[in-house]
Amino acid sequence: MKPKLAFFDFTGCEGCELEVLNFETELVELLKQVDIVNFREAITEKGEDYEIAFIDGGITSESEIPRIEGIRKQAKILVAMGACASLGGVNCLKNFRPMEESLKIVCGDTACDYTWYYDTIPARPVKAVVPVEYELPGCPMNRYEFLRLVKSLLLGKRFELPNYPVCVECKLAGNVCAFDRGEICLGPVTRAGCNAICISNGRRCWGCRGLVDDPNTDSEKEILQKHGLTVGDILRQFRIFNGYLEVSK
Amino acid sequence: MTELNINVHHLTRVEGHGNIIVTARNGKVKEITWEIPESQRFIEAMMRGESYEDVVWIAPRICGICSIAHSTCSIQATEAAFGVQLSEQTMLLRKLLFNAETLQSHVLHLYFLAAPDFLNVGSVIPLVSTHPEVALRALRMKKLANDLGDLIGGRKTHPMACIVGGFAKLPEASQLKTMQQRLTQSMGDLKETVKLFKSFKIPDFTRETEYIALRDTKEYAFISGDIASTDTGTTPITDYLEMTNEFCVPHSTAKFTKHNRDSYMVGALARFNNNYSQLSSEAQKTAEDLELKPICHNPYMINVAQIVESVHVVKDSLRILNELITRGIKEERPEVKVKAGRGIGAVEAPRGILFHDYTYDDKGVLTKANCVIPTNQNHNNIQKDMEKLVPHIINRSQDEITHMLEMLVRAYDPCISCSTHFLTVKYV
Repeated sequence: MKPKLAFFDFTGCEGCELEVLNFETELVELLKQVDIVNFREAITEKGEDYEIAFIDGGITSESEIPRIEGIRKQAKILVAMGACASLGGVNCLKNFRPMEESLKIVCGDTACDYTWYYDTIPARPVKAVVPVEYELPGCPMNRYEFLRLVKSLLLGKRFELPNYPVCVECKLAGNVCAFDRGEICLGPVTRAGCNAICISNGRRCWGCRGLVDDPNTDSEKEILQKHGLTVGDILRQFRIFNGYLEVSK
Repeated sequence: MTELNINVHHLTRVEGHGNIIVTARNGKVKEITWEIPESQRFIEAMMRGESYEDVVWIAPRICGICSIAHSTCSIQATEAAFGVQLSEQTMLLRKLLFNAETLQSHVLHLYFLAAPDFLNVGSVIPLVSTHPEVALRALRMKKLANDLGDLIGGRKTHPMACIVGGFAKLPEASQLKTMQQRLTQSMGDLKETVKLFKSFKIPDFTRETEYIALRDTKEYAFISGDIASTDTGTTPITDYLEMTNEFCVPHSTAKFTKHNRDSYMVGALARFNNNYSQLSSEAQKTAEDLELKPICHNPYMINVAQIVESVHVVKDSLRILNELITRGIKEERPEVKVKAGRGIGAVEAPRGILFHDYTYDDKGVLTKANCVIPTNQNHNNIQKDMEKLVPHIINRSQDEITHMLEMLVRAYDPCISCSTHFLTVKYV
């Protein structure tokens, strides 16, 4: 019996699901090993007898809570794919202002008379609602990390995310440090596993893979001081993908 | 007499969540609804108070499939606000990157989302064993488009190399040459795609409507030009609000758009109908081969317009690559001077015209944003199509009617995750 996989989308851009469809021959190989029984974005069949569920997107409405609880009940293994599902991601930016204000900004002054209609709650990652076995952070998730996870599950092996900062991969890639280019980079405290793709492309790290388990905050502060920056500067940057941490404290 | 109780909850093989509801009693239609229950994300509120570099970083996260369109539109709105001048090289690279997404998105839609309906399967997955050549071709073409996106944008989904004023990283000549060869070889796959869709019976249904798309005097427009309407001619993008007329309906919180008629269409067919004469000769030949002529009023032909555009963007990419290789890639670091002001960006996302409208303060912090997305503009048109289609086919079986309606919505390739606004269209 091939293991049955299911993919479910909550609030997000569906980019992580798209990453699964972005494989070429790997997808054909994968389909020899597993059955995909539920993947609304790509298939019509809707099977409810899955063992491993992948969640794309975060929880941002009341109605999504019973839905994720139902999936949790069925799935032996629940995997949060991408920054929205695993960290809260950009969705959590809405948590920094009153809901009424966001409503007015998007739908105009009359919208607030109809707040009863908008089923919206502060955005949160999946683990804030139900327990999660594995997380694949990143915006979007790294599809090769997804493949590594699936292989580990098929072999019954434990899957671990790297627990060192992006700086390690960035040095290996031979990049000029983004701080030396005058940018604020979150690489020193962000979990590696992306091959420092943003810095390698001339940018900086926005922290989309979340914090490493024991971030070396002293060293980050030192770097900040050296470049005339404050903790406040970096927290503001961290908010783009990790605002949930700030608010949930 | 016909009794219908159609309730397609969370239509599959579309991006985002949509429901189709149709009820009829004694052969009389009681309700036809294209309903969108997608969760609101409040993107425009999220962007407020962020600096311009973070704004253009957040914008692509509106949609994973058309992240390059949102990124480009966001960057261009910001450049318009600051008055940034672009080099020719930047414009060429930007078009190339944009072509990658158009091809990727069209191939995804044609093969993964639309073709299963014509081959009577639930998805592309069974095709891996029943029609391996079709499935592998789809994956190969998608990979090519993704690799082109990776090469120019750093990454196809949520690109990072494209920035305000230009590019943070430039491709090397050798990489461009390899890509040129691969794109040339892909013409065979495109020919097979034409053949495949020629064998499909596209439903015959027409409803006259207005078609809106960007138009540039110099080329088949994707990232530049004015707004063109098949009814009213051209309007500058700065007057986009006159075209889109977006508004919330209090009792349903829907955001509708309409212009000259009850509804209008955007997307591949709207671009084709407005700008046919600017397509490459190969793309025009493909249109002829697939019996698509402007102005076509059959929404099911959107699929065919996507094939025509796929041929066009491959040819156009080859032209751009040739030009870039001939002139040589030059290192250039864009200079951006922040200033207070408002800027409007307009691009043709795979699913149609997209607007980002930003106001920045003198520190480059966003004070106001408005994004008008293509699917939002198509909603009303989908609804009106359904209203005309259902009475026509009311004597068919419920399954057949459901299938026709699902195919209709899928033809529009709706991208509901793009819902920067709450979209609920409810007719009773």
